[in-house]
Amino acid sequence: MDFSFSEEQTLLRNSVQGFLQDKYDFDTRRKIVATPEGWRRENWQQFAELGLLAAPFPEELGGFGGAIEAMIVMEEFGRHLVVEPYVETVVLAGGFLREGGSAAQKEEHIPGLIGGETVWTFAYAEPQGRYNLADLKTTAKKDGDGYTINGYKCVVVAAPWADKLIVSARTSGEQRDADGVSLFIVDKSAAGVSTRDYPTVDGRRASEITFENVKVGADALIGEEGKALPLIEKITDEAIAALSAEAIGCMKELNTATVDYCKQRKQFGVPIGKFQVLQHRMVDMFMAHEQSVSMTYMVNLKLAEGDAERTKAAAGAKVQIGKAGRFVGQEAVQLHGGMGMTDELSVGHYFKRLTMIDTQFGNVDYQLKRYSQAA
Amino acid sequence: MDMSFSPDELAFRDEVREFIANNYPAELRKKTRGEMTKDEILTWHRILHKKGWVAPHWPVEYGGAGWDITQRYIWNEENARAETQALLPFGLSMVGPVIYNFGNEEQKKRFLPRILSAEDWWCQGYSEPGSGSDLASLRTRAVREGDHYIVNGSKTWTTLAQFADWMFCLVRTDPDAKKQEGISFLLIDMKTPGITVRPIITMDGAHEVNEVFLEDVKVPAENLIGEENKGWTYAKFLLGNERSGIAGVARSKKAIERLREIARSELVDGRPLLDTEDFRSKISELEIDLSALEVTELRTLAAESKGQGPGPEASILKIKGTEVQQRITELTMEAVGNYAMVYAPRREATGNEYVPGPDYAAGRSQEYFNMRKTSIYGGSNEIQHEIIAKAVLGL
Repeated sequence: MDFSFSEEQTLLRNSVQGFLQDKYDFDTRRKIVATPEGWRRENWQQFAELGLLAAPFPEELGGFGGAIEAMIVMEEFGRHLVVEPYVETVVLAGGFLREGGSAAQKEEHIPGLIGGETVWTFAYAEPQGRYNLADLKTTAKKDGDGYTINGYKCVVVAAPWADKLIVSARTSGEQRDADGVSLFIVDKSAAGVSTRDYPTVDGRRASEITFENVKVGADALIGEEGKALPLIEKITDEAIAALSAEAIGCMKELNTATVDYCKQRKQFGVPIGKFQVLQHRMVDMFMAHEQSVSMTYMVNLKLAEGDAERTKAAAGAKVQIGKAGRFVGQEAVQLHGGMGMTDELSVGHYFKRLTMIDTQFGNVDYQLKRYSQAA
Repeated sequence: MDMSFSPDELAFRDEVREFIANNYPAELRKKTRGEMTKDEILTWHRILHKKGWVAPHWPVEYGGAGWDITQRYIWNEENARAETQALLPFGLSMVGPVIYNFGNEEQKKRFLPRILSAEDWWCQGYSEPGSGSDLASLRTRAVREGDHYIVNGSKTWTTLAQFADWMFCLVRTDPDAKKQEGISFLLIDMKTPGITVRPIITMDGAHEVNEVFLEDVKVPAENLIGEENKGWTYAKFLLGNERSGIAGVARSKKAIERLREIARSELVDGRPLLDTEDFRSKISELEIDLSALEVTELRTLAAESKGQGPGPEASILKIKGTEVQQRITELTMEAVGNYAMVYAPRREATGNEYVPGPDYAAGRSQEYFNMRKTSIYGGSNEIQHEIIAKAVLGL
C-alpha cells in the first residue's frame, strides 16, 4: 500500500504549479475568459512544451505516463480554474485514439495532439438524451466507402476552440440501443458542420453543432462500426476521473480561502472563525475534500480494471465529488457572506465550476443509479 | 381551529384575482426583474397605486389599503399565482412603516405619498464593509453642524442603489456610547454632493447591489427619524418586518409548479424526468417542506392579527423560507440537464446574444447562484439561529 507519488510525478506537479503560479493567477484567468476567444492558444503551446499534453499517454505513443499523470495535471488546473480544454483534448479525444484508434489513426493524430497543434473535443450530448451516452438521434449512414452524418449535438464544451471533433452517432439500431453506436473523427471545418458558439456559466465556451450530410471517409471510424458504446463508457470514465481531480483542486482552494477569511474577518469583536458553529462547518468542508481526494485516487487507480469494477469506481467518485463539491461550494460562499457572492472574489468562480463539474457526464442522481446498477 | 376562508374572503379573492387578470401588463409577463428597465420595474407599482392597493399593509390614513392579515395573505397568493412582478420592498415595506410609526407629521406628509406613487425610489443603507452580521458596529459617522449632519463613511450590498432617489441610512451619531445606543436613522437624498455609487457584480453576472460612498454629505437635520441615537430601535423594527415577508411561500409554490412543468418536458431515456422516482421524490420532499412553512407562516400571521409578534419566531420563516427557495432553484437547475451550463446574458447585454436550448432552461443556473444570497442577506441564517437560540430558547 503506497499513496505516494514517484519522483517524476512530483516533478510533473512542480512544473505545472510553477507555470500556473507564474502565468495563471486569478486576474490573468479573468482576462483570458474576457477575451473574444475565451482561451489562450499560447498557453496550450506552453502545455505542450511542458509535456502536459503527452503526460497521460504511454511511451510507445510519445508519452510518459497514464491516469495518475492526468490526475496530477487536472488537480493543479482545478486550483487555478484553467479553462483550456485538457479533458476534452487529451483525456477524451486522446483516450479514444489511444484505446480505440487504428495504428494509422494513432500515427496521424496523436503527434499533433501531443504537440499542441490540434485541439479536439467530444460531441456526444443531444437535447433528448440528457446523460445517456447511447440516446442518439444523430445518424451515420454508410455511403460508398465512408459515411454520411446527420444530427445535432448540444453543449459541446470547448468546440469553439477545437479543430477536430469526435462524434458519436448511430449506425444501426433504435435510438437508445447499446448496440449500433459508432465514433467518428470529423474536421470541424468539414462541409455540412455548422456551429453556434456561446459562453458557459463557468467561464468556458461551448457550441451547438448541426451535422448536415457531413461526409467522412472509412478512415474516420474509430474502432468497430456499431460497437463503440463500451469504449465511450470507458473513456468518459477516464474523463470523470480527471474531472474528479479538477474538483479536488477547486475544493482545496475554497477551503483554504474560507479558513483564511474566517481567521481575518472580525464581527462582534472576534474573528468569525472563533464561532464554533462555523468551525464545525469548516471541519465538514475539510472532510468533504479529504473524502473526495480518496475517491479521486481510487478511481484513477481503477481505470484499468474490468468494466463493472471501473464503472463502480467512476460512478462512485462522481457521486462523491458532486455532493462534496456542492457542499463545499455553497458553504464557502455562505461563510464569505456577501463577499462570496461577488464576481470579484474567486470563491464564486470555484463554486460555479464545481457546480458544472457535477453536470458534466451525469450528475449525482444519474451516477448513483449507474452505481446501483453496476453493484 | 379553522384553516379555510370565509365567504367574504373568497369573494375578496375573486375580486383581486379578476383585477390582476385584467390589469397586469402582458408585456411584463415574460420578463424577470433583471431584464426590466427602471420604468418597467415600476409599472405594476403605479397601476396598483391608482387602484389604491399598492400598500396593503399600511393604515388607511396614510394611503394604505387597510387590509387585514388574511386579505393580505390572499393578495400575496394571487399575485404569486399570476406571477406578477414583486413590488420593491425598500419604500413600501421597509422605510414606509418606519416613517409612519416613528416619523413626524412633516416627514409623513413629505415622504409617504411619494413612496405610494413611486416618485421616490428608496434604497437601504445598512450594511458596511466592516459591519455585516454585526450590524450595530457600523461606523458611518454623522456629525451635527448647525441644522445639518455631515455624513462620512460607506455602505455596501445596497440593492438597486443605481436607481435610487433616497436612502434610509444608519449612521453613528455618538461614537462614545454603547454600540447600539449611538446610532441614528437618517434619510439621505441620493443627489446630495459627495455620494458615489459603485456597482458590485455578483457571480451570476448581475448588477443588483452596490457600494455607496459618502464623503462630507450634508444632510438636513429635519431628515432625522425620531430621536437622535435611538436609530437602533427603528432599525430593528424594520428588520423584524423584513423577516416576516421573507418566507415567500406563495412565490415558492408557483416556482415548484414551474419546476414540475420543466421536469415534465425534460426526458430521461424517453420518459419525462418527472416520472422518474428520484426526481419525483425530491420535488415531493420540497413540497412537504413548503407545506410546513406555509402553515407555520399562517400560525405566525394569526398570532399577529391578535396583536402578538412578529416575534423572534419570524426567524424560522427566514431560515426555512430561504432554504426552500434555494432548493427550488437547485432542483430547477438540475432539471434542465446539460443546458444548465449555458450562460444567459443579462440586461446590460445587447439582446442579440445566442442562448441555446429550451426557453425554460435559460438562466437557471444563474438563478441558483444568485439565490445563494438569500441565506446571507436580511441577517444571515446563522444570525437567525442565534436569535432563536437566545430569544426563544433562552440559551
